[in-house]
Amino acid sequence: MRNIDFDCKVIEMKDIVKKFGDFTANDDINLTVHKGEVHALLGENGAGKSTLMNILYGLYQPTSGEILIKGEKVDITDPNIAIKKGIGMVHQHFMLVEPFTVAENIVLGMEPTATLGKINIKKAIQDVEEISNRYGLYVNPKDKIYDITVGMQQRVEILKALYRGAEILILDEPTAVLTPQEIKELITIMRNLTQEGKTIIIITHKLKEIKEAADYCTIIRRGKRIDTVEVSNTSETELADKMVGREVSFKVDKEDKERGRLALRIDNLVVKDNRNVEAVKGLSLEVFTGEILGVAGVDGNGQTELIEALTGLRRVERGKVEVNGIDVTNNTPRQIIDNKMASIPEDRQKRGLVLEYTVAENMILENYAREPFARKGILNKTAINKFARELIKKFDVRPEDETIKAKALSGGNQQKVIIAREVTNDPDVLIAAQPTRGLDVGAIEFVHKSLVEQRDKNKAVLLVSLELDEVMNVSDRIAVIYEGQIVGIVDAKDADENTLGLMMAGGGNKDEK
Amino acid sequence: MKNKTFADKTFADKTIAYLTKGTLGFSIISIFLGFIIGAIILAIAGFNPIQAYGVMISGVISRPSYIAWTIIGSTPIIITALSIAFAFKTGLFNIGAEGQFIIGGITAAIVGYFVELPSFLHIPLVLLAAMTAAGLWGGIAGFLKAKFGVHEVISTIMLNWIALYLNNYIVLIEGFRRATSQRTHEIQRTANIVILEQWKRSPEGREWLRGHDFFGDALRTPLNWGFVIAIILAIIVWYTLNKTTLGYELKAVGYNRHAAEYGGINVSRSMFTSMVISGALAGAAGGLHVMGISKSIASLAAMEGFGFNGIAVALIGGNSSLGIIFSGLLFSALQYGGSKIQPALGAPSEVIHIMIGAIVFFIAMPKLIKYILHNIKKKRGAKNAG
Repeated sequence: MRNIDFDCKVIEMKDIVKKFGDFTANDDINLTVHKGEVHALLGENGAGKSTLMNILYGLYQPTSGEILIKGEKVDITDPNIAIKKGIGMVHQHFMLVEPFTVAENIVLGMEPTATLGKINIKKAIQDVEEISNRYGLYVNPKDKIYDITVGMQQRVEILKALYRGAEILILDEPTAVLTPQEIKELITIMRNLTQEGKTIIIITHKLKEIKEAADYCTIIRRGKRIDTVEVSNTSETELADKMVGREVSFKVDKEDKERGRLALRIDNLVVKDNRNVEAVKGLSLEVFTGEILGVAGVDGNGQTELIEALTGLRRVERGKVEVNGIDVTNNTPRQIIDNKMASIPEDRQKRGLVLEYTVAENMILENYAREPFARKGILNKTAINKFARELIKKFDVRPEDETIKAKALSGGNQQKVIIAREVTNDPDVLIAAQPTRGLDVGAIEFVHKSLVEQRDKNKAVLLVSLELDEVMNVSDRIAVIYEGQIVGIVDAKDADENTLGLMMAGGGNKDEK
Repeated sequence: MKNKTFADKTFADKTIAYLTKGTLGFSIISIFLGFIIGAIILAIAGFNPIQAYGVMISGVISRPSYIAWTIIGSTPIIITALSIAFAFKTGLFNIGAEGQFIIGGITAAIVGYFVELPSFLHIPLVLLAAMTAAGLWGGIAGFLKAKFGVHEVISTIMLNWIALYLNNYIVLIEGFRRATSQRTHEIQRTANIVILEQWKRSPEGREWLRGHDFFGDALRTPLNWGFVIAIILAIIVWYTLNKTTLGYELKAVGYNRHAAEYGGINVSRSMFTSMVISGALAGAAGGLHVMGISKSIASLAAMEGFGFNGIAVALIGGNSSLGIIFSGLLFSALQYGGSKIQPALGAPSEVIHIMIGAIVFFIAMPKLIKYILHNIKKKRGAKNAG
């Protein structure tokens, strides 16, 4: 079946280093891809795999290192050069013009024209039909983009790249948005493409798909290339092992503690995502006071929808959420906050902060109308600033200035502002959604310490994170979420990375048995 | 290069630093560029721009009555600009100030003519009625946006036309319409806000004014309390936006509705409230215009432009209360002074509209202005270093 030409190295990336300020996203990475192979880039979130591919596609310039395409050294300073060299990229978020038809989107920018520059739409449709038949990527050229499924939209993106003469296709997390059936179809399409001599690089952290689709796999961890393996000779467990890595960056100090009473109960919760598809499918979970329950899982398994439903931002279709025995299902965010549930949101700039407001104004986002911050609808700036100054001191927000805008703070300090605000509300349940995303090591430590502090104060903490290390270090119990359901709960003491990694990737216990 | 302390900085340095910091710099440079464009066009048309600007300036400040006319002209556009700025600060683009102004005017004309009350009750009643009606009118757009996601730009544009034809319908209702004209009856004297209206027509008043040139000239105009109310409204808008929980809520929704929602603020209600307040402000402008200037409403062939000019005034004033008062006065001075170059020099007063258009155009191009400011800074930096 395989059709790899080992004499033809279509891509060689040599000693690629990419630094963003002090942060090294790619640390001396080498990557060789042969003609006709499906090469997977495996790594956790933030490992640097997307950065590497963005360098190949010309979106970033490497700090050092060189790129060879078919043995010829090239300088890819922008995506147009990459396209000319036969590289096409399908991003995680599609870039399609929704009201246009499939054919119009595919030919966009290089439309076949008739006399007087009129678009020759007949020719466009013919062209699209021709390439779609050749590669088995069936689409209806006359459908409007907003009428077709996400899987179809992805096909359109792939066709767009092929129409531009792509020989090498980069697919960034191609399965993140697809249904299981669509994933199967995509894998078939990838096979068809390699039969036709195309080369494919997929960025992913799903082990199962690598096993099914890829020939070779390069594992990247914390910016470094760990290994390149032949997939057929490597087990999922070995891949998970290499992805997560043995060494643990920092252990969180915490004492053993008896958990208390039931504080948050989620019962058979069903929540739909933005596409109106069920993302949380009958999820049940219980969190007790004095414990941190970590939810581990790969992105896109319903975590976002779960959190939004819990905090009142997304409608619950079925099921129940109870805080301290009080039903808060489909309550407004205000009512949920008043029922002693606080949350550190997933996206601090979108949900957590009003960036144009000062630090002090952000500190009172949930309590602006309460005394002493306001009386009879008039804000008390003195009280607000005093409160903010206290929190800035206590949580070590830098710079120590309550009057600067939140947008002027670093990510870590923005997160401190949010944590200060949420914790000071004295909630019984604290939800922390990806609380360390994009933070540096120092800030991560601070966030972890804060979470443990809350647990020690007998709060119930629900930590949802894509970082397995984090979940394992901080939690008392670990629940694994997969496709909108909890597929297993283990005590953190008994947890090992490989088992969890397998469960997260849907490999689960059934493969082991 | 040695590190300069703040005290070492010259006045010009400080001024430039201040200008480059906020929106004030954009406005001042844009106004300056607008005047240059106006000069070029006058020169092309064969007129001496310096002479024309001289006529304009003396046409605004050389007599008390000229200044009074400028103030009178600035009143409605300052208030409609406040309406637009209030909506803008809370994340909404209220194109409907024009229609809300008309609704305010209709209401003021009705309550001013049909209700009879002593002045100290009648005036506040007319103003309140105008604000309430226009507030509800604006609230329609807010409701449509909050409930059905209808974009306020679309709904307010349509509401503008509905207001215009509603006005024309009401004007022609028998009993309200003045015989043989396309206007309504004038409002009662008790609803009139022209300063000293009764006294200045009385024999003693006339006698006194004849002896006092300054007041005599100024009070020949329908100078009214509208400007004072405009300033009070500017203060209320500033206070509400910056000092109250309501302002905190509305601005939070404007800046980041996702964070506001997460923080427990009712986003839909905030949008509705913003549009009601914005509408009420535009309605106050319409009401005061009837109470101070027109005394009645007339059938309209087209939009009068008070609301649309308010957009320009709000933009030039950087959406701040204080900025709007000044830009409103500038706008009015340009309009009033500009009308004088035609009789004096034969120069087309339309050049004023070109200037105003150019000013707004430049304000809408912050990148260009930034580039200019940046270059000024660099040049000065080079000079200071050398």
